[in-house]
Amino acid sequence: MNIQEMILTLQKHWSDQNCIIMQAYDVEKGAGTMSPMTLLRSLGPEPWNVAYVEPSRRPDDGRYGENPNRLYQHHQFQVIMKPSPDNIQELYLESLEKLGIDPLKHDIRFVEDNWENPTLGAAGLGWEVWLDGMEITQFTYFQQIGGLEASPVTVELTYGIERLASYIQDKENVFDLEWTNGVTVKDIFFQPEYEHSVYTFEESNTDMLFQLFEMYEQEAKVTMEKGLVFPSYDYVLKCSHTFNLLDAKGVISVTERTGYIGRIRNLARSIAKAYVAERERLGFPMLQKEEK
Amino acid sequence: MAKDVLLEIGLEELPARFVDDAETQLKEKTANWLKEQRISYAAISSYSTPRRLAVHITGVAEEQETIEEEAKGPAEKIAKDESGNWTKAAIGFTKGQGKDVSDIYLKEVKGTNYIYVSKVINGKSTDELLPALKSIIESIQFGKNMRWGTQTLRYARPIRWIAALFGNEVISFEVAGVATNNVTYGHRFLGDKVTLNHPNEYKTKLENSYVIVDSGAREKLILEAIEAAELEHGYKIPVDKELLTEVRNLVEYPTLFIGSFEDQYLKLPSEVLITSMKEHQRYFPVKSMKEELLPYFVGIRNGDTNALETVIKGNEKVLRARLSDAAFFYNEDKKHSIDFFQEKLDRVVFQEKLGTIGDKMKRVTGITELLSERLNSVEVLRKNALRTAEICKFDLMTNMVNEFTKLQGIIGEKYARHFGEEEEVSIAIKEHYLPVQANGALPKSEIGAMVSVADKLDTIVGCIAIGLTPTGSQDPYGLRRQALGVMRILEARGWDITLEEMLDFTLQLIKETGIDTNDDLEVKQELHTFFTARASFILKEESVEQDITQAVLHEKIGDVSYTISKAKVLSEKRSEEAFKPVQEALVRLLNLAKEMDATDVDPNLFETDSEKELYNSYQNVKETYNEKKDRKEAKDALDVLSTLSEFIHEFFEHNMVMAEDEQIRANRLALVQKIALLIRDYADLAKIEWKQNF
Repeated sequence: MNIQEMILTLQKHWSDQNCIIMQAYDVEKGAGTMSPMTLLRSLGPEPWNVAYVEPSRRPDDGRYGENPNRLYQHHQFQVIMKPSPDNIQELYLESLEKLGIDPLKHDIRFVEDNWENPTLGAAGLGWEVWLDGMEITQFTYFQQIGGLEASPVTVELTYGIERLASYIQDKENVFDLEWTNGVTVKDIFFQPEYEHSVYTFEESNTDMLFQLFEMYEQEAKVTMEKGLVFPSYDYVLKCSHTFNLLDAKGVISVTERTGYIGRIRNLARSIAKAYVAERERLGFPMLQKEEK
Repeated sequence: MAKDVLLEIGLEELPARFVDDAETQLKEKTANWLKEQRISYAAISSYSTPRRLAVHITGVAEEQETIEEEAKGPAEKIAKDESGNWTKAAIGFTKGQGKDVSDIYLKEVKGTNYIYVSKVINGKSTDELLPALKSIIESIQFGKNMRWGTQTLRYARPIRWIAALFGNEVISFEVAGVATNNVTYGHRFLGDKVTLNHPNEYKTKLENSYVIVDSGAREKLILEAIEAAELEHGYKIPVDKELLTEVRNLVEYPTLFIGSFEDQYLKLPSEVLITSMKEHQRYFPVKSMKEELLPYFVGIRNGDTNALETVIKGNEKVLRARLSDAAFFYNEDKKHSIDFFQEKLDRVVFQEKLGTIGDKMKRVTGITELLSERLNSVEVLRKNALRTAEICKFDLMTNMVNEFTKLQGIIGEKYARHFGEEEEVSIAIKEHYLPVQANGALPKSEIGAMVSVADKLDTIVGCIAIGLTPTGSQDPYGLRRQALGVMRILEARGWDITLEEMLDFTLQLIKETGIDTNDDLEVKQELHTFFTARASFILKEESVEQDITQAVLHEKIGDVSYTISKAKVLSEKRSEEAFKPVQEALVRLLNLAKEMDATDVDPNLFETDSEKELYNSYQNVKETYNEKKDRKEAKDALDVLSTLSEFIHEFFEHNMVMAEDEQIRANRLALVQKIALLIRDYADLAKIEWKQNF
């Protein structure tokens, strides 16, 4: 099964579970969790079921397209369900079967993994799902988001698309994976991988990035004061990505690092609060919709 | 008639580390509850897998035991009026107990008569009480809890079903929105939904559905499979107990498989291979009969042998990816030099006020130098110790340690050898982390011990000097563990140096490097309190009792190994018959000498022979005592002090210490004071509760 078919299969499966199929969010981010479709929407009492593919940028993992396992940008398939359904594990395992993974022919395990993202003030409990010893999915029950208690609890499934594909297609090198008939990951992503690595580690304009960080942070604060939650959050994402670029270039010392993460976390926390307050002011529309 | 009870909590996969403890809790809490409720039973067995915790109780009585209970009322004089009639108080009491005044009888308690009634409490029927199992389920404690869905219960993982049976009846209750039933579930993929008609079907029906509910039985199956593999292939498969426990709690139906990896990876340090296999993948490494690692591993699948080759292939692929990463890091790291990594240490902050790791290692080198001077280390040892202190953290900056954090020091040793360091230095780099746990192995080499002590002292004194003394459960830098490590090394090494001296020069050196420390006296006081508590802990571990600990630590910790020896000697002496008169004499003298200033003794003012003799013997003893002390002969030192006792006896017998003549009194007190100082140098014997009378 090629990657395109995998994505279509997962979309169909989760669409059948009444998930909204979203498209990737158009601001750079390090993980699918950071999309406002997950991070903000998992806050508050409103039900929310969504699935989407999220290209995730991790500048520090850039390897000039030379490493068979690591990428500057990889893809996550993200499923969010609030409140977490009682049969979520079964729903997940069904999705694997639809991807052609027969559980009787493999060893599928749920191995304890507690997830934490200090930058977002987020934490959850759950597992990494192992397929014959390989981690293919992060399975997390959010307990805290943006420093706020998550209630009801959201469950998040994050499939590592390339990981899963390397198993399904039996390929050792991520660049050999078939995206669609006759087109490989290498065809699509080798050049950007190489160029982004060169940019990140060698060519990025450090002074400009530091300035951008300050500007983005300032804009996030100003827009938030005006009660514009979503625009403000976009700037937090930009802060986060800019920080990742600076960090990958090794120009942020350990002490400074804590400081920067703290600044992003504080922004994320106040946005989380503002989002819930704003939804409440609107009368939690999704909650009322469900009641009707 | 008695019936069986079955209670099974069905869960999403529990963390393996919680399973055993939760099973024990469930069993104990259930047994306690049955006892409290006076419900008799024959036996109770407990079971667990990652997806369930269960108890099966046989022969459970259908009713609580009936009991007779005595209720105590007011005293007779309150219960009866002057004419001997029952008062309102007595009537009220009996009514409250559901009884009549005719049921009253009297009993004497401590000389006073009280009124009593006796009542029979009939047992309730067990099936009425069993729904209380709900609170047992809810009371199980886990290391980490979570919430799920819209539920408010906090539990290790979501509860998905509960099977609860009393005989063939379902015990009806609900926990976190899950209602009890007589249904359980077999293995996630191989098993089915299982209906239980009776508790005693539990084990067998689940086994038929590919779940071995007895964790001991799963462990046995794994061990037998490992032994069979050893026999079949001529392997030696060392079984790590911790890993075995974890693995048996990760599976419901264990099946062993053997995978392999390419020979080329055997060139990696064996610790890297073992960590990759054990900690990352939960495999058992395989060795040859000659104890050499072989390119194989043993994994335990949660399932049967169906398509085992696919499972093996998948696992091999994962391990290969890990090892190929490790091999890449290993080769990359070895292209650089120690200096390359050392430079990076200057950019990593150890602690905001205490600077970078680079700064720290300069201090550790300084402390090591002071230590080697005090210990009169020979030149080659001094040189190697300083080199070790300088470079012992370089491996923290390597790719390999970045990936395999637990291998710090171990990788340092290998790389140091590769980069041409002396063998002693390479070994000491690894050893300077020891002891890793408070009771773990100590450095074997002198250099390893010196640098370990220097590194730990820098951290402890540094942190405490800037106000980071651990409080309660807050000890982020592990200072307590490190202090125990320092003292255990000092005990084992028997170096001729006091702890106080080391703390002083460490603090001095830290201050000289320009670190903004708190007030000196305050810091020294904090250090003293902190280390005294650790020393007390060590003595307690050595079975030394509290009073003796206080006696030997009354002023300072001193030379750690000698202090421990003294405590042990005193522990023996405290109940030795022959030591009684000695101890009494010495303690009598100490008590008299309390809170006195030291003045000089003038032999010309002596009036009696016993005074002169005591003084002369003191002078002899003092000299011998110091010799014994220098040689750390704790028993002999006390024996020498003991010889003073008869002179002290004589002295008290024939002299009025509080003499009329002021000069003579002062002189006698000065003599007492001098001797007291000498005794207290050994220990404050007045703090000991002597037990020779028993």
